[in-house]
Amino acid sequence: MAANPKIIVVGGGLAGLSAVIKIAEMGGHVDLFSIVPVKRSHSVCAQGGINAAKNLKGEGDSTWQHFDDTVYGGDFLANQPPVKAMCDAAPGIIDLLDRMGVPFNRTPEGLLDFRRFGGTLYNRTAFAGATTGQQLLYALDEQVRRYESEGKVTKYEHWEFLSAVLDGNRTCRGICAMDLRSMEVRTFPAEAIIIATGGIGAIFGKSTNSVVCTGSAQSALYQQGCYYANGEFIQVHPTSIPGEDKLRLMSESARGEGGRVWVPRTPGDKRDPKSIPQSERWYFLEEWYPKYGNLVPRDVATRAIHKVVYEHNLGIDGKPMVYLDLTHIDPKILDRKLEGILEIYEKFVGDDPRDTPMKIFPGMHYTMGGLWVDYKQATNLPGIFSAGECEYQYHGANRLGANSLVSCIFGGFIAGPAALHYARNVSAAPGNGHFDSERKHQEDNNATLMKADGSENMFKLWRELGDLMTKNCTVIRYNKNLQETDAKLVELLERFRRVNLSDPSQWANTTIAFARQLYNMLQLSRVIAQGAAMRDESRGAHYKPDFPDRDDKSWLKTTKATFAPDADEPRFEFEPVDVSLIPPRARKY
Amino acid sequence: MANRKSVIIKIRRQQTPEAEPHWEEFSLPWKPGMNVISSLMEIAENPVTRDSKQTTPITYDSNCLEEVCGSCAMLINGKARMACSALIDKLDQPVLLEPLSKFPIIRDLSVDRRVLFENLKRVKAWVPIDGTYDLGSGPRMTMHQQEAAYPLSRCISCCCCMEVCPQFNEHTNFVGAAAISQVRLFNTHPTGAALKRERLTALMGDGGIHECGYAQNCVEICPKDIPLTRSIAEVGGAVMKQAIGDLFRR
Repeated sequence: MAANPKIIVVGGGLAGLSAVIKIAEMGGHVDLFSIVPVKRSHSVCAQGGINAAKNLKGEGDSTWQHFDDTVYGGDFLANQPPVKAMCDAAPGIIDLLDRMGVPFNRTPEGLLDFRRFGGTLYNRTAFAGATTGQQLLYALDEQVRRYESEGKVTKYEHWEFLSAVLDGNRTCRGICAMDLRSMEVRTFPAEAIIIATGGIGAIFGKSTNSVVCTGSAQSALYQQGCYYANGEFIQVHPTSIPGEDKLRLMSESARGEGGRVWVPRTPGDKRDPKSIPQSERWYFLEEWYPKYGNLVPRDVATRAIHKVVYEHNLGIDGKPMVYLDLTHIDPKILDRKLEGILEIYEKFVGDDPRDTPMKIFPGMHYTMGGLWVDYKQATNLPGIFSAGECEYQYHGANRLGANSLVSCIFGGFIAGPAALHYARNVSAAPGNGHFDSERKHQEDNNATLMKADGSENMFKLWRELGDLMTKNCTVIRYNKNLQETDAKLVELLERFRRVNLSDPSQWANTTIAFARQLYNMLQLSRVIAQGAAMRDESRGAHYKPDFPDRDDKSWLKTTKATFAPDADEPRFEFEPVDVSLIPPRARKY
Repeated sequence: MANRKSVIIKIRRQQTPEAEPHWEEFSLPWKPGMNVISSLMEIAENPVTRDSKQTTPITYDSNCLEEVCGSCAMLINGKARMACSALIDKLDQPVLLEPLSKFPIIRDLSVDRRVLFENLKRVKAWVPIDGTYDLGSGPRMTMHQQEAAYPLSRCISCCCCMEVCPQFNEHTNFVGAAAISQVRLFNTHPTGAALKRERLTALMGDGGIHECGYAQNCVEICPKDIPLTRSIAEVGGAVMKQAIGDLFRR
């Protein structure tokens, strides 16, 4: 029994910081690990807002309606009790953020303003301009800094998680991490650890994710014995701005504030978009989905854009792009509610979206799948908890816009106290030799990489991985392609063994850190590709033209992958979904 | 401009904090829409200098690539700015990349900017809430108040304002514009104001607000257009008022 237990939190985005705050408040001590200073975490990229059924617009919204929209939007793949708990907690979370000083937009009366997002008919999304994630992260970062100055939190920034330290009973006793400056590999004991390491965008090469979102930590834990659940469910955001280095997100809030998606009715129409008369524009989302219009859920909008571009050949100028048009909206309103994203478009594309329709295309955005956790955010390995995008719990087969921020904070608020409770009751480890052996194991891995003098360039391998996964494991999936993808992944893993690290230095060596991430990306990619190949149905973001319907009889179940170390590949098992609160019904928008 | 065949980039490199800096020059094929970060990615993929010498990928800080995380500040053609939003087509060539000069170098273009986070601790840049349990809604705020607070709250901690400030150096210990602007943000928040006195006191001593020399470089360089000089003026006035008040209270 540890009276004053130490908890390690890995990841300083919304989920990680939420967990830290709860633990510090309850008297625990936290060691907080992050690759980047926590204030620079990927949560800053969230733009549009955070959902909570506060019902401040006289629409009769309720937390049950939020719950129903979320479950329905996720095509009934999420276990329902934790989703309900999240939706019930959401209004209180908004109040707390408000008390922490988040500058949420206000109504004339001084109350919180709410806007509409995809997959709902209610104005349920609280927002701070169009940089809501940044504002929420800062509020939590400030509270953590306060605890840090009181000595309750120790930050390890510029440290990367490598592995969990497991004792002979496969109970977690701490972590092994690497200082990204001195390259020192070190172990850190803790009674419990919380993994809050975010998304996996780098697996797809270019995505809307930040550079650090490689999924490396999740993959390492999966290779150590954690279940990875629903890996095949990958969200492709309908509106991103294609770029050389990344796909920049164009928030759903642009449509929430009235933005309209359209293409010219004539293929290859080269006219200035503003000179194209209304009658020659095709507002295909509004035509196909009259009830939800431009605010259908993301998987639906993404497939519609794909169809218009690739089947109707109506992409702008023959290219894979459609218009997202805000020019009919009062620029003053745009500035007040969307400034942050208009600024991104202006800076990175050079056009002013107040005057010119934006050109956008779908881009990989989010993973619904992640580490398997129970309702207390515990993974299957004792002592390892997880919260945020890196776990699978809240979004089923498709996430609704503005639900990610609330799931991060809610997940962190559950994980923190649960980990502390566990830590206070766990008995001491049978010995501590496992710390030395884990450190030695990871040092050996580094040494092997340092010596690697093969012919393969790992940045090229990464590019190939990204192209492969984007082509075959995103919007439209065919079994033949998925099987070829897995074979190609095996080949890439083989080639990885022949990499050449172009940098042998022992100080701030970003190449070696990236090599380790890339290996973990390759292993996790197989979970995604094989999981997608197995699931012969279409559900949420997972769409197979050869199996176009949802098949509840065979596939209303959670995919759980485990790593088989001897075979060096995933094994799969399936678990029924808890649909005890809302009976599954057909999903039609 | 549009059909330029190649892009020349010169990078000031330094392998360790103690090593001597040197320059390396790279020639990259021009691509539409390329920026400084995509160029650095390209170099990582093929780390060969313009004169065909094999070298190592460049070490630099980056994360969101949307100019909101504040990671990738560096000197680009001598100007402190974010590398992700520095479009190659809008830069004179050769493009010169150097690390920020006022912060300890880690390696190449990566520097240690922890001083800002320490300064944020010093000025208690947070709202002192009672706890995270359910205590009802926050203070009511007018649209006007929100519109005043929001721009200040968009500071990305990139430290460009400190880089260009003549007073930000080891002699003065000056806290810099970013932290002062956060003092203004939290002092104007209804709950945050509870710590107003402590924040202003923190700005009175060594490296405090009196070190500002009104060069106004900060407000011109800020990538988020934060009204930094206005913040310094307002907070400076409050510090003065408090200091005079304290004199009479003695």
